[in-house]
Amino acid sequence: MNLLARRKLTNRVALTLSLSAMAFGLFWLAWILWTVLELGISGLSLTLFTEMTPPPGADVGGLANAIAGSLIMVVLATLLGTPIGILAGVYLAEYGRNHWLGSTTRFINDLLLSAPSIVIGLFVYAVVVAQTGKFSAWSGVLALALIVLPVVVRTTENMLQLIPNTLREAAFALGAPKSVVISKVTLRAARAGVLTGVLLAVARIAGETAPLLFTALSNQFWSLNLNEPMANLPVTIFKFAMSPFTNWQELAWAGVFLITMGVLVLNIIARVFLRAEKVN
Amino acid sequence: MEITDAQIEFKDFNFYYGKFHALKNINFKMARHKCTAFIGPSGCGKSTLLRTINRMYDLYPEQRADGQLLFDGRNLLGSDIDVSVLRARIGMVFQKPTPFPMSIYDNIAFGVKLHEKLSSSEMDNRVEWALRKAALWDEVKDKLKQSGMSLSGGQQQRLCIARGIAVKPEVILLDEPTSALDPISTARIEELIDELKEEFTIVIVTHNMQQAARISDYTAYMYLGEMVEFGVTDELFVKPKKKETEDYITGRFG
Repeated sequence: MNLLARRKLTNRVALTLSLSAMAFGLFWLAWILWTVLELGISGLSLTLFTEMTPPPGADVGGLANAIAGSLIMVVLATLLGTPIGILAGVYLAEYGRNHWLGSTTRFINDLLLSAPSIVIGLFVYAVVVAQTGKFSAWSGVLALALIVLPVVVRTTENMLQLIPNTLREAAFALGAPKSVVISKVTLRAARAGVLTGVLLAVARIAGETAPLLFTALSNQFWSLNLNEPMANLPVTIFKFAMSPFTNWQELAWAGVFLITMGVLVLNIIARVFLRAEKVN
Repeated sequence: MEITDAQIEFKDFNFYYGKFHALKNINFKMARHKCTAFIGPSGCGKSTLLRTINRMYDLYPEQRADGQLLFDGRNLLGSDIDVSVLRARIGMVFQKPTPFPMSIYDNIAFGVKLHEKLSSSEMDNRVEWALRKAALWDEVKDKLKQSGMSLSGGQQQRLCIARGIAVKPEVILLDEPTSALDPISTARIEELIDELKEEFTIVIVTHNMQQAARISDYTAYMYLGEMVEFGVTDELFVKPKKKETEDYITGRFG
């Protein structure tokens, strides 16, 4: 076999392998999406957004309280976790690169990043719920924020590290102090990446069940009181899907459909963001 | 070739990267409103020398300098120097164009805002003035709101020069400003440097000896962290005093 034929063969083998790996991944994803679509779409109706979670066996009912609860807690957790995460990421990338405090923080952040969410749920249960003596939306927000935090820290640091040092030097060469260099130049250059990180963190907490199970618990009724248990999609899905009641099971699938679509849309927005920034 | 009106003077100047002695006992003067070029093979210390003039090395804790670096008679190495103010007086342009992620207008205004409070009409005038000086105005006057990243490489480099000029420095340091550009863009930048000499002191590091010969008034040849020869460009290229300089500029070495 001559050299060219051998290279062509290697090429073909590598291509086949990578294509089949992709097909394997896509197969499951397509199946999941199909199942969610098939089972979820039947439960989809306007009452889903207007009615509260029903008692078992009832004819009417929706997920209004769970949708509202999820939105509130996800938004608050993001508002809580993002600024701290961005600040910490800036510290790691711009100040603590070669400092022991930086490497320690990075290590701890990596631990937090890979901590199972049930551990975080139990942690907040122990320090907040058990102390105050009741489940509350606030504790759920806290648990979700603890999941957002390491994701944002990590992406902020990585995105800032991708900014070439010459850009920093160019800003310093004009006499800019470090705070201005970071806020006006490097963070700005990295903003699409940082925002993508935040969106992905939001997508991640949108479906987290374990941290809420021990904190916000759930609520059958409409409640916007953050000091009380609050309904939310993941725990409702968990409860309803495990139940023997058909109307609950249908609502669970509808909830799954909503979360999946929400995550999908967030991911698409994140991509569009990144692309728009690159063209710029 | 006595330099009577020296703006910058190195006296017994040494520079270290950690333990590495990168610049050894540098002694020479740079004339006001002239162009001085540093030439030499890669790693000879010419960029290092350039980057000491605006104290760029301050960003890196393991780098340090000793000796004297006089700017209008004042030692720049002292701890009493406000580097922010110093860098407003000594601008710098880098090898690769480094437009900031903002509009063309804001790219120019960025540096000015750091040091001066201007009204918006004064700022408009300053931006136009700087872009005209950098021979970029006609190409960008209708798209000042567009991102600086949208320009071509040569335009980006002129944007960076305009950004430096806008602060109204006295000295402009150029670190291989044309090595990432095509010949036409390079020619434009060289013409520009020739015009800028009227108002600014120019210091340029270049790998391109023809470029040094074309645009500079004085040339320093460096090798292994030492300044081998310094003199009037026409003399240094036509009749170098040192054998090493001759070997380098005739291409027998380097």
